[in-house]
Amino acid sequence: MRAAVIQFPGSNCDRDMAVAMDRVSGHNKPTQLIWHKESTLPDGLDIIAIPGGFSFGDYLRCGAIAARSPIMRSVIDFANKGGFVLGVCNGFQVLTESGLLPGALMRNANLKFICKDAGLRVETSDSVFTSAYKKGAVVNVPVAHHDGNYNADPETLKTLIGDDRIAFRYAENPNGSMDDIAGILSDNRRVLGMMPHPERLNDPQLGGTDGAKLFESIASALVSA
Amino acid sequence: MSNEPEITQELIASHGISPDEYERLLEIIGREPTYTELGIFSAMWNEHCSYKSSKKWLRTLPTEGPQVICGPGENAGIVDIGDGQCIVFKMESHNHPSYIEPYQGAATGVGGILRDVFTMGARPIAAMNSLSFGEFSHRKTKSLINGVVEGVGGYGNCFGVPTVGGEVRFHAAYNNNCLVNAFAAGLADTDKIFYSAASGVGMPVVYLGAKTGRDGVGGATMASAEFDDTIEEKRPTVQVGDPFTEKRLMEATLELMATGAVISIQDMGAAGLTCSAVEMGDKGNLGVKLNLEDVPQREENMTAYEMMLSESQERMLMVLKPELETEARAVFEKWDLDFAIVGETIPEDRFLIVHNGEVKADLPLKALSGTAPEYDRPWVETPAAAPLTDIPSVDAADALHQLLGSANYSSRRWVYEQYDSMVGADTVKRPGSDAGVVRVHGTDKAVAFTSDVTPRYCKANPFEGGKQAVAEAYRNLCATGARGLATTDNMNFGNPEKPEIMGQFVGCIKGIGEAVAALDMPIVSGNVSLYNETDGAGILPTPTIGAVGLLNHIDEMISNVPNDGDTLVLIGKTDGHLGQSALLKELFDREDGDAPHVDLAAERTAGEFVRAAHGQNMITSAHDLSDGGLALAAAEMAMAAGVGVKLNAGDTGWFFGEDQARYLLGTKNADGLIAAAKSAGVPAAAIGTFGGKDIALGDAKLSLSDANEAFENGLPSRVM
Repeated sequence: MRAAVIQFPGSNCDRDMAVAMDRVSGHNKPTQLIWHKESTLPDGLDIIAIPGGFSFGDYLRCGAIAARSPIMRSVIDFANKGGFVLGVCNGFQVLTESGLLPGALMRNANLKFICKDAGLRVETSDSVFTSAYKKGAVVNVPVAHHDGNYNADPETLKTLIGDDRIAFRYAENPNGSMDDIAGILSDNRRVLGMMPHPERLNDPQLGGTDGAKLFESIASALVSA
Repeated sequence: MSNEPEITQELIASHGISPDEYERLLEIIGREPTYTELGIFSAMWNEHCSYKSSKKWLRTLPTEGPQVICGPGENAGIVDIGDGQCIVFKMESHNHPSYIEPYQGAATGVGGILRDVFTMGARPIAAMNSLSFGEFSHRKTKSLINGVVEGVGGYGNCFGVPTVGGEVRFHAAYNNNCLVNAFAAGLADTDKIFYSAASGVGMPVVYLGAKTGRDGVGGATMASAEFDDTIEEKRPTVQVGDPFTEKRLMEATLELMATGAVISIQDMGAAGLTCSAVEMGDKGNLGVKLNLEDVPQREENMTAYEMMLSESQERMLMVLKPELETEARAVFEKWDLDFAIVGETIPEDRFLIVHNGEVKADLPLKALSGTAPEYDRPWVETPAAAPLTDIPSVDAADALHQLLGSANYSSRRWVYEQYDSMVGADTVKRPGSDAGVVRVHGTDKAVAFTSDVTPRYCKANPFEGGKQAVAEAYRNLCATGARGLATTDNMNFGNPEKPEIMGQFVGCIKGIGEAVAALDMPIVSGNVSLYNETDGAGILPTPTIGAVGLLNHIDEMISNVPNDGDTLVLIGKTDGHLGQSALLKELFDREDGDAPHVDLAAERTAGEFVRAAHGQNMITSAHDLSDGGLALAAAEMAMAAGVGVKLNAGDTGWFFGEDQARYLLGTKNADGLIAAAKSAGVPAAAIGTFGGKDIALGDAKLSLSDANEAFENGLPSRVM
């Protein structure tokens, strides 16, 4: 599996994401870090991850400036051609700002940064990101964000629900997200954006492994590729 | 030297320079200073930068040991963790600015300490904050805690350092002077550490990072004075932070260091360009010439005075290997940061400041740092506290319930959930227990962090209070399974010109010195914040100790969560000391009696025993005893596990006494553990069991759910 992580100035979970990818991808093909000023992607990538952090300091709107970085043109092309893209936390915000996923992430309902473990209900196992989870299972994955309050117009929400594109819902909504949404899929099911950080609980030493299944799901589909 | 104000008595006084000090200045330079020169002297000689009141006593602290790579005097201290790696750490206060402007004051405090760490070549891996506020009945407390916590989080979260520990306390003595002490630690290779001493003549001096504005001009002088009713006018002296720039500055600096282009480097903290340039020249026995028109500026028409005293954030000064300028410049262009050659090193002892061809300052450089005034301030020993005589009788369960719901002893969750404690994906113990633990990336080793002090004790008995702050830090490390390596001290006190305040300072230093020697945790860095007073009323003496410990393998880490059915074994000797206790303060608003005395030998034996017992798989969990004694510690363990606990009956001193050198251990093998303790010479006794749904203190009972509710609501119900 050939994975890449996009680095924006202000990304701060880029290394964590690369470590998580490397754990499942086999170290013979280490995850590549790609600087935002690049305009082309390396050939032969199987998956691109957009990591958490505060790209461009969260100035203007979270993810808005990053979404207009040179590399994002190529990421959008990659996704449009059926490539797999995972966006976590700020990565999710970049994906909505770049139009790869619908909706927007607004300021948390309590207006404060929230860092804690969150129970996530797996709403679909029908995706390359969630196949190793059991649908309906509640897993423990931490959140750490100031702007994770998912919002979309009623039409979009109806489509997301109708097309089984809600990947995760919060068991206890921490941030005011509409319909408890924690993560959503694109209509070809190949782009996942989620606020919680699976890369932070994928190792027994970190106190939990519920996030690991997401990376195992990806690997089982792509490692032979 | 045109267009500069005339040097008058008023101007000198407004720079915080005393008449005696001005006489000394005249002797050094042999003429009247220019306005810019007066500003430079003021920046170098103020208390914040010169440590003029504290130096004499700081020198007495033990700072050496086989584990110490670099002690006080550089940007941060460095301690060896083996395998060619080291931890670079320091704690620093940002008290005055945080009271004036809580969000920016706290944020730039975090930014400053992070910069101290990465300036030395270390990537920050952990942060902590020790915060002290006034009572909630005071009009400013709510806005201060909300602003400070948001500022700490706003900066650290964006920068991307996990905040893994800290303290928050409330006491009326902080009503008009809050304390914000920020700690940061970074990881570096021992052969890739960078220092500030310049070397080589004619080497380019390079300005890196954000542009210079007028913010913070005179900030260090402001932080060296008491507050009075003009406080609102001081708001413009507080700097404004930009964590996004800091994050880029850190990445760019570490990349730049890897190119081999850096001869020496120094961050611009208090008194910005002045302090950093003088420091680099002084340590390298060189002079420095700066051309101010080349300094990247954010505002128009800035004067030499303003540029030399600006405390704009996220800036560095570096001496560069000239042959690598192209490579160095490319790194900063990649990160969209300023890179400007603003001067050069010169052979003579001279600090020469030129602005648009005009000499604005021409001073002997060595004299600026080396001849800063030093005072042996008069001090008086703090009188011995009268022993506690009448001990109030309490219902133990009711008293515990009140403590659990109090502002000071309830859960700190409301605070630490606003901090990213996990970024980096190496946090193996998050906030909320004895010490935070972060794995050394890519290894099975880990480093533990804690910060501690009990200001009530320090006020009643500065010597024992100083000892206790170190002992509690040691205990928190041991309860987590870590071996204490070294400490940093952040000394927060009132006006040192008052002999009784100076006496508190001296007493605390003596206690800290004795304790760090006995517990083998030398002081490797630190910071002093004096003049924490408003209209003559000072804070409680608050010498915050930040401590770092090592776990050679994560398996050495001890849980704070016992199992249902475990026996509870109390380690250490219990006399029932209630003087200056949490119980007296919270339930009866009494601060009387002596502070508990610390037996440092017993402290060390007990700590080593706890770690050894875990190594032999004899315990499931551990927790140190401190404020609130046995009852509060047992309740915290029970709540962490979600099971009840039953403790043997006893009197008020048994449940709430604050005798030192004690731990609670959860075990399935109480007999074996007690026998092992006996042969190690450590007092130990089985005093209860975990199980059921109540916290039972003898016959008095509190349900676990009532305890939890009080504990979890204590802060949220007050802060919002």
